[in-house]
Amino acid sequence: MTATTHDAGTRRDFLYVASGAVGAVGVVAAAWPFIDQMNPSAAALALASTEIDISTIQVGQQIVFKWRGHPLFVRRRTPAEIAASKAVDVNSLPDPLARNANLPDSAMATDADRAVKPEWLILIGVCTHLGCTPTVSTPQSPEGEYGGWLCHCHGSQYDTSGRIRKGPAPQNLAVPPYSFLSDTRIKVG
Amino acid sequence: MSGPSTYAPKSGLEKWIDQRLPLPRLMHDTIHTFPTPRNLNIWYTFGGILTFCLGVQIVTGVVLAMHYVANAGMAFNSVESIMRDVNYGWLMRIIHSTGASMFFLAVYIHMFRGLYYGSYKAPRELIWILGVLIYLLMMATAFFGYVLPWGQMSFWGATVITNLFTAIPGIGTHIATWLWGDFAVGDATLNRFFSLHYLVPFIIAGVVGLHIWALHVPGNNNPLGIDVKSPQDTVPFHPYYTAKDAFYLSLFVIFFAVFVFYAPDFFGNPDNGIEANPLVTPTDIVPEWYLLPYYAMLRSIPQKLIGVLVMVGAIVTLALIPWLDTSRVRSCRFRPLMKQFFWAFAVVSVILGYCGSQSVEAAKFGIPLVWVARICTVYYYAFFWLILPIVGLIETPKKLPASIAQSVLGDSAAAAAE
Repeated sequence: MTATTHDAGTRRDFLYVASGAVGAVGVVAAAWPFIDQMNPSAAALALASTEIDISTIQVGQQIVFKWRGHPLFVRRRTPAEIAASKAVDVNSLPDPLARNANLPDSAMATDADRAVKPEWLILIGVCTHLGCTPTVSTPQSPEGEYGGWLCHCHGSQYDTSGRIRKGPAPQNLAVPPYSFLSDTRIKVG
Repeated sequence: MSGPSTYAPKSGLEKWIDQRLPLPRLMHDTIHTFPTPRNLNIWYTFGGILTFCLGVQIVTGVVLAMHYVANAGMAFNSVESIMRDVNYGWLMRIIHSTGASMFFLAVYIHMFRGLYYGSYKAPRELIWILGVLIYLLMMATAFFGYVLPWGQMSFWGATVITNLFTAIPGIGTHIATWLWGDFAVGDATLNRFFSLHYLVPFIIAGVVGLHIWALHVPGNNNPLGIDVKSPQDTVPFHPYYTAKDAFYLSLFVIFFAVFVFYAPDFFGNPDNGIEANPLVTPTDIVPEWYLLPYYAMLRSIPQKLIGVLVMVGAIVTLALIPWLDTSRVRSCRFRPLMKQFFWAFAVVSVILGYCGSQSVEAAKFGIPLVWVARICTVYYYAFFWLILPIVGLIETPKKLPASIAQSVLGDSAAAAAE
């Protein structure tokens, strides 16, 4: 075989690079279905909304419902808990954002922006650290120093507005999208 | 593998095979005549014990997979059925669950052995790195396996560990969702973890093959940490080390069997006897004992991303040890200063494990354990990143023996043998 060298490369070089490039694209294209199959399926994406009757919840009580596979906290706060939450300076919080799906992302974590009706605090019960379900604090059995929740996994403490106050969790407990259908019924999602 | 082959086919059939697939030659050279330092002690038998552990886990695991159902609605009951209805199902499951702890116990002894005798130092760096890789794959397999019984600890352990990925800025939540196949740990997660739990042990077996291959290039390190200089320093692997490995393996199996038959729940967590409930987290989430030191590190840092990085970094650090240790001498036997830091490190590792096993607000002797864990985490990192490089430079090692034969047999016998 006689070697033919041109500055612009030979026909053989071109075929080599071109087939290699097509092969690389083909490998990536073939890999994608194998990666994407692990993402949530169409069934998991079809997120249902849930209607909840809250009439049985007493003042000072929390009931846990299930929404999208997660615990959903519905807490009927006492006037003292609401007052304690309102007294906090938002700028002193580790996470000053409301994390409320019903409000713009920039909303601040004032108590009014955490709970539409002050008496009803509705939160996704998933610790923003590593996903455990925090334990609710009541005057009879206090959990943590802030009267809200304590996550026993790694010690994150939330206040009576579900805002992170102490511990490794980076964000306030998330407020899901919800609306009041009547005084005693809410629709979540 | 090391040096020219001494295999001589004895029959026409062996010769015929040798010219086509030299497998008998490979076996002859690696587990029969392989020259092995004559001074290997009990701690060198754990390589063989680990191979045995891997075999036990694969055999019992394949059996369990014949009866287990990877479905969130049925998994817990299928495990109960294995325990109560399947013939010898209880035995298979208890061997498998206890076997995981035995596997990790043996691997920790194996790793501390390597650390003490400097087995990671040139020319054995890749053996060590392959070992760290095996250790990582073991942790992944153990994690996947622990999820399968679908008890409370299974579920919440899976939740906490997969949530570690959410610490990654930007794409973390997407990675977690991708791992779950849902927006929380659920049926999709259980199914894929079962698939991976079946797959990864065979990858481990493959990496173990590389680990042993790499070992057979320079040959074994030894408690003196000095190189083999002459045939006097070695004995053939068979029968000397096959017999020694078999003896200590049988003691290990007795130890193993005591737990299987007399304390089957010793390594278990009572909370895992309760079926998974996505709405209630157990009061104290504790991982399996072999992960506790890392768990203590994670919990001692009050910031999510840094906590995860510190925990991951503790494992990544292990792979860098061959280059962090500056000492010319391998074995701690001849390193009076390093020996003390080594034992302090071993104690710190146990204390970290203890801290990880206790509740997050616990205190001992009036000292909050979170602070104990912080101090121990600092020592863990300091040991590898400061002590290992600095002590190697400033320490005056003891005088090394002239050869393995001289150390074992004494001057006159070694001379007579030559």
